[in-house]
Amino acid sequence: MVGQVLFILVAAITLLMALGAVVAKNLFHAALFLVGVFFGIAVLFILLDAEFLGVAQIVIYIGAIATLIVFAIMLSKNVMGKEAGAYNRNWYAAMAGAVFLFLLLAWLLLKAPFQMVSADVPADAITQIGQGLVGTYVVPFEVASVLLLVALVGAIMLARER
Amino acid sequence: MDLRSIGEAFIAWLQGLGIPQGWVLLINWLLGTLIILGFALTLALVLIWLERKLAGRIQDRLGPNRVGPFGLLQPIADALKLLTKEDITPADADRITYNLAPIIAVFHILMMFAVIPFADRVVGANINVGVLYLMAFGALGTMAMLMAGWASRNKYALLGGFRVVAQLFSYEIPIAMVMMIPVLLVGSMNLNEIARGQGSLFGLGWFVWVMPAAFLLYLVAALAEGERAPFDLLEAESEIVAGYNIEYSAMKFAWFYLAFFLNTWILSAVAATLFLGGWQGPFVDRIPALGVVYFFGKTFFMFFLFAWIRATFPRLRIDQMMAFCWKVLVPMSLALLLGAAILVKLGQQLAWPFAVTGGLLFVMNVVVLLVTLSLLGRYTRTLHQQQNKRLFTPELPRL
Repeated sequence: MVGQVLFILVAAITLLMALGAVVAKNLFHAALFLVGVFFGIAVLFILLDAEFLGVAQIVIYIGAIATLIVFAIMLSKNVMGKEAGAYNRNWYAAMAGAVFLFLLLAWLLLKAPFQMVSADVPADAITQIGQGLVGTYVVPFEVASVLLLVALVGAIMLARER
Repeated sequence: MDLRSIGEAFIAWLQGLGIPQGWVLLINWLLGTLIILGFALTLALVLIWLERKLAGRIQDRLGPNRVGPFGLLQPIADALKLLTKEDITPADADRITYNLAPIIAVFHILMMFAVIPFADRVVGANINVGVLYLMAFGALGTMAMLMAGWASRNKYALLGGFRVVAQLFSYEIPIAMVMMIPVLLVGSMNLNEIARGQGSLFGLGWFVWVMPAAFLLYLVAALAEGERAPFDLLEAESEIVAGYNIEYSAMKFAWFYLAFFLNTWILSAVAATLFLGGWQGPFVDRIPALGVVYFFGKTFFMFFLFAWIRATFPRLRIDQMMAFCWKVLVPMSLALLLGAAILVKLGQQLAWPFAVTGGLLFVMNVVVLLVTLSLLGRYTRTLHQQQNKRLFTPELPRL
């Protein structure tokens, strides 16, 4: 009962923050709302007894967003002003893309045959995640890291002074 | 006497009063939170006095000595002064972000106090992702400073904010890798378990003996994470006036000041827990309360080291600082983490006793440290030669 009330409260705040992130006029405010969204999702994970995921969420996303903000400040005009615009001429195209992505994800979520099991989270969940990452699922994990490495090298190549 | 028995006796007493179980837990949590918060905020007063006194003595001054005996009441006088100062908000500032920043700056540090083990099992929240939790709230601190820098609408503040992001994120990588090494050795992210795992061989099991290079690396990276000299470029007065907190005055500035000192203490406490054995010490298995004494002794020793370094070293240049992180600390921490992972796995597979694994880890650390130092030495020598090379070599006239 208490858990459900808490869940609804946190979920509502998270959704409001998400809305704020989309409609905020100022880029910096949008990014701060995004921090709120990720914090809310972390709280949801912790409410579901997935401590590791919750804390990892904060480490990865909130840290990354600060960097994102710095890039936003450096790349956009007049971000120090009151009305640093988050919109430009490609607004409609971006919206179409976002709607398409949303529909695609929703369709995938509805199609995917998720196994619904109601059981307690095992006490050694972190150990299992760790062993899964470097044991059972080592190939996908390594492929993902190679992908990130390629992206990193590509970024350096693009930004290199010639 | 076990310190936990006080808590258990208190819970039993509350239950004896006929209070339902849920309320007992709630009262217990609230009390625990209040104790930790009160402790942290009182600690800040002591730390400010201690650091100023130490810096004074190291620099051949007296330090604060006017208010109270040995100047002990100086922080209280400072706090009163800051409270009575005018609270100025820049007219152009982004009001909500501007006021939120100092709150988050202190909040994220106070949250970290929850997982520090003061003695065996005397922890605010004994969660099993403790080390990761510390990193998570460290990242939140960067956000707070960037918010302060941006919301002030002052170009020096914004430059300070940029420096925060560049410095703290760069140094987060080596510090996170090094914090993973004790996790590897113990096999748990729980800070209490890590402290417990260092009890073997009468103090030789402390990870500072097993992994000396990792400890040194932590010390250097912690100086940068704590914005302390020689890495205090975030508030370099000679370059960017005062950094991200330039527009803050009165109590809001005091909050950043408070966060700075508590952050140093937390970094010391983490160093003590991860590398100096935490609450481990002689006779601690018979008298658990002694753990508090050992823990505070080690933590304040680390704090003393940080204060000593701050009082003696000059500031680095920003390109030197970034290059040192990415070209020295990150590769070194990668090598240490890799070596530790391989040796720990080998030790598990071949069932070595801890003394053998620890000895091999020590040798690996010394090798990594020597390689790093020799590379650094060669680099500085070539740099020196380049600087000393003359563009024009005068020749003596032949006679």
